[in-house]
Amino acid sequence: MDEHVKRNLKRKACQIRLGAVEGVFCAKAGHPGGALSIADLLAYLYFKEMRIDPENPKWEDRDRFVLSKGHACPSLYAALALRGYFSMDEMKTLRHPGAMLQGHPDMKHIPGVDMTTGSLGQGVSAACGMALSGKISEKDYRVYAVLGDGEIEEGQVWESAMFAAHYKLDNLCVIVDNNGLQIDGPVAEVCSPYPIPEKFAAFGFHVINIDGHDYDQIEAAMEEAKAVKGKPTAIIAKTVKGKDVSFMENNVNWHGAAPNAEQYEVAVKDLNAVLAGLEG
Amino acid sequence: MAEIIKKATRESYGEALTELAEEIPNLVVLDADLAAATKTGIFKKKYPNRFFDCGIAEGNMIGVAAGLAASGKIPFASSFAMFAAGRAFEQIRNSVGYPHLNVKIGATHAGISVGEDGATHQCCEDIGLMRTIPGMVILNPADDVEAKAAVRAAALYEGPVYLRFGRLAVPVINDPETYHFEMGRGVTLRDGRDITIVATGLMVAQAVEAAAELAREGVDARVINIHTIKPLDRELIVKAARETGAIVTVEEHNVIGGLGEAVASAVCEQYPVPVIKIGVEDRFGYSGPAPVLLEQFGLCAGNIVSVVKKALKK
Repeated sequence: MDEHVKRNLKRKACQIRLGAVEGVFCAKAGHPGGALSIADLLAYLYFKEMRIDPENPKWEDRDRFVLSKGHACPSLYAALALRGYFSMDEMKTLRHPGAMLQGHPDMKHIPGVDMTTGSLGQGVSAACGMALSGKISEKDYRVYAVLGDGEIEEGQVWESAMFAAHYKLDNLCVIVDNNGLQIDGPVAEVCSPYPIPEKFAAFGFHVINIDGHDYDQIEAAMEEAKAVKGKPTAIIAKTVKGKDVSFMENNVNWHGAAPNAEQYEVAVKDLNAVLAGLEG
Repeated sequence: MAEIIKKATRESYGEALTELAEEIPNLVVLDADLAAATKTGIFKKKYPNRFFDCGIAEGNMIGVAAGLAASGKIPFASSFAMFAAGRAFEQIRNSVGYPHLNVKIGATHAGISVGEDGATHQCCEDIGLMRTIPGMVILNPADDVEAKAAVRAAALYEGPVYLRFGRLAVPVINDPETYHFEMGRGVTLRDGRDITIVATGLMVAQAVEAAAELAREGVDARVINIHTIKPLDRELIVKAARETGAIVTVEEHNVIGGLGEAVASAVCEQYPVPVIKIGVEDRFGYSGPAPVLLEQFGLCAGNIVSVVKKALKK
């Protein structure tokens, strides 16, 4: 990938992370860890890959994005704000009574949110429905769904996997945010969903393993997914929970906790340092 | 007297979908390995490219329906009431109800008239479950004519609808030439001043039969068919309470959470009169031929007659 493009995407990811952390801080609640782990994937999708129009969020031919791990929405909201769907100021009232930005994605009220999610395992089924609809209507849009590695413990994920392969939904790309942690601890210890790639392959997916923070790998995977015909693709993205906020990285305690003022200051400092590093 | 034609409303469901297919090109049908029983197989045969079997995976089926609806399709997701409303309740609540998506849930084999399959398949809780979801429309048609009209109304309505159908063949009591279906409006089938029988689904025919018997015994019972349980026609119910002074409700559903409670709630708030509920008395069913079970559970004209007479003695 072109270095200039890559640096720009990294900047976007950093701004997504800053927005997400600000949202969770202002809400005094939320899920920063898994929001930070998907920021690079979101930056790539929203600023390079997806065919979307913020002026026309319900455009019929747009690519769809479903955040099946809905609790990571602070990053989705920040990405949508940066992309121009609404003002970044909305992040300040995330989860506040009467505010637009709900604790989990709400397609009815938030421009750019393609599916209401939050109850794990459900979003990916809806993504299958969107992909199927595209097939029925012979539209060429693509559907992206981000799943958590803990989320795939839900049986419905595998019901949907069976469905996607059976109906040859090659316009569907599922991305597993494999950050290794869920609320009760490491996914391997809670009720292991491993091995993830083999499971998706057994269900009939084309599987690609990547580092979810490496833009060359993200791009290569997305291009490969588009070229695959006759089956859906699963990108298993190894990520770092709490990525780029020093005290949150790989720390399960930051799955669903908000930073206090002091911690928020450190987080902003960490992320600004990353941003400064991109300015050279 | 004309010969009584009997037909199961699930049959009407499959036929109605097929009849609507040309008129509504965005209509698609999903099933969970029960197409032969839910009668969506009729649709599948004629429109194989618009029929999608989801396998035995009802939760995913509802999610797929949500995604289809979010992309402009009008999906009819079909299964038995037990597995649609029951197993997939949370998917219906979160992926369909909360975003108010245009998904239709075709739930067949409702109630104890499932018969021989027994309690695991005899869903008497679905109306209660669906009533608690904000914005959900619940249609429980009484016969073939009403069922077909209900499917059509559901297809043309923008928003989530739960349709309840039965396995058992029931008498066709409406005239297709004159019948008019209006969602949310109850139908007064018989006027009366002494008491009102409010019935839904396959209990409507029993209520009509009971009223005829009561008339022979000098009791003038009004009969109201509530095909739309939500939103309830409160106006018609409250008017009946005011004019007849007592109500007996009849439903093939648990007395908890169903039509009876909906009616009682409306009456309590606006014009309190006694409301006596006939339904499944908070218990599970068991295996047996449907007509025998309905008899044993008091879901028949005979029992309606005795409950009405008892109510009037008080």
